[in-house]
Amino acid sequence: MRSHVPSYELVAARDLPHALQLLAEGFRPIAGGTDVMVLFEAGKLVHKRWTSIREIPELRFIDVTPDHVTLGALTTYTDVRRSAILAAEFPLMTAAAALTGGIATQNRGTIGGNIVNASPAADTPPALLVYDAEVELTSPRGSRRIPYTQFHKGYKVLDLADDELLTSIRLPRRFASWKHFYRKVGTRRAQAISKVCFAGLRRGDDMRIALGSVGPVPMFFDSANVLIAPIDDVRSTARYRMQVAKNLMEEFLHDTA
Amino acid sequence: MRIKVNGIEHTIDAPPMSRLLDVLRDDLRLTGVKEGCGEGECGACSVLIDGELTNSCLVPLLQLEGASIITIEGVANHDQLHAVQQAFLDYGGAQCGICTPGMILAAMSLLETHPNPTLEQIKEGLAGNLCRCTGYMRIFEAVVHAVRT
Repeated sequence: MRSHVPSYELVAARDLPHALQLLAEGFRPIAGGTDVMVLFEAGKLVHKRWTSIREIPELRFIDVTPDHVTLGALTTYTDVRRSAILAAEFPLMTAAAALTGGIATQNRGTIGGNIVNASPAADTPPALLVYDAEVELTSPRGSRRIPYTQFHKGYKVLDLADDELLTSIRLPRRFASWKHFYRKVGTRRAQAISKVCFAGLRRGDDMRIALGSVGPVPMFFDSANVLIAPIDDVRSTARYRMQVAKNLMEEFLHDTA
Repeated sequence: MRIKVNGIEHTIDAPPMSRLLDVLRDDLRLTGVKEGCGEGECGACSVLIDGELTNSCLVPLLQLEGASIITIEGVANHDQLHAVQQAFLDYGGAQCGICTPGMILAAMSLLETHPNPTLEQIKEGLAGNLCRCTGYMRIFEAVVHAVRT
């Protein structure tokens, strides 16, 4: 059943301090809306008080320093696809962005939103995991930065307080010389939610591998000893996922040898 | 809330969470915008917001302050169809017509960024717009011909 539209509050945040103030008052953030509005239309959006952070200019940027590339939380998939530095040094980010939804979703959806929506089937998290990303979380108490590998605590459970906003994602520039591998397996090639998503980096015997859509959280491994117990759900079975994950592992080892 | 649709300023009196899709269809009677899935999968509700292809079912009204929106009703120049519209007509790119407005806007958006798209680029540019009638071949053909005109 559809939601009762007038019973929802939606307030535009003018800037970051205003957004943080609203979060502290019990509002939740909406950015591109590509996940929140789906729940809203389905009548499944439980929380009623929302603040739109989409127009906060200081959260949409791609910043390059000698050691890092930092993405503002509001960086869209289209922004990622158009970034030359990401294509050159973090091609799995480019690949993940190109395989997420159609053009309309890519124009609107944000990397920060994709992370905090915490879908185990999201396509960007495996790339972020292999690139050793860190997320910056900001609240009225200040900012903290934690490794992305520690951000997911369980299915849709994040190390994120109600008054904290994910403000940026930082990627260390030390993987450009590694071999990069990304495969997404879904029902059809375009615009399907993943059954298995595989991101891998390799330099000689060093490997960094991450899988999406096979468990309650995106999973990271820093060697070829990949241990997964895939899930049965609406999109696929555990048995199918296990076989596909094995096939992708084989392809990864072959292609990056 | 003030929004600009097809070049005309409108003042909309609706809750801030109202979907742009509903504002266009119910408040402004622009029924060329279709609702297919209501969850951003089918592209039938595509519009251009500040030139960017967008699913209008996923945009709350509040986020449109100052935005300029183009719907299928704003694509033709009076009696002169847009080249993409004409190509869809000439090459049978439409059957039941539900996907057609979104498909045409997606094709226009593609041609903005890729003036001479390959078939692969056409397929990718239209991947977010589902058609249940044509099997897509005539749609792709129409886009190819729109490029030539």
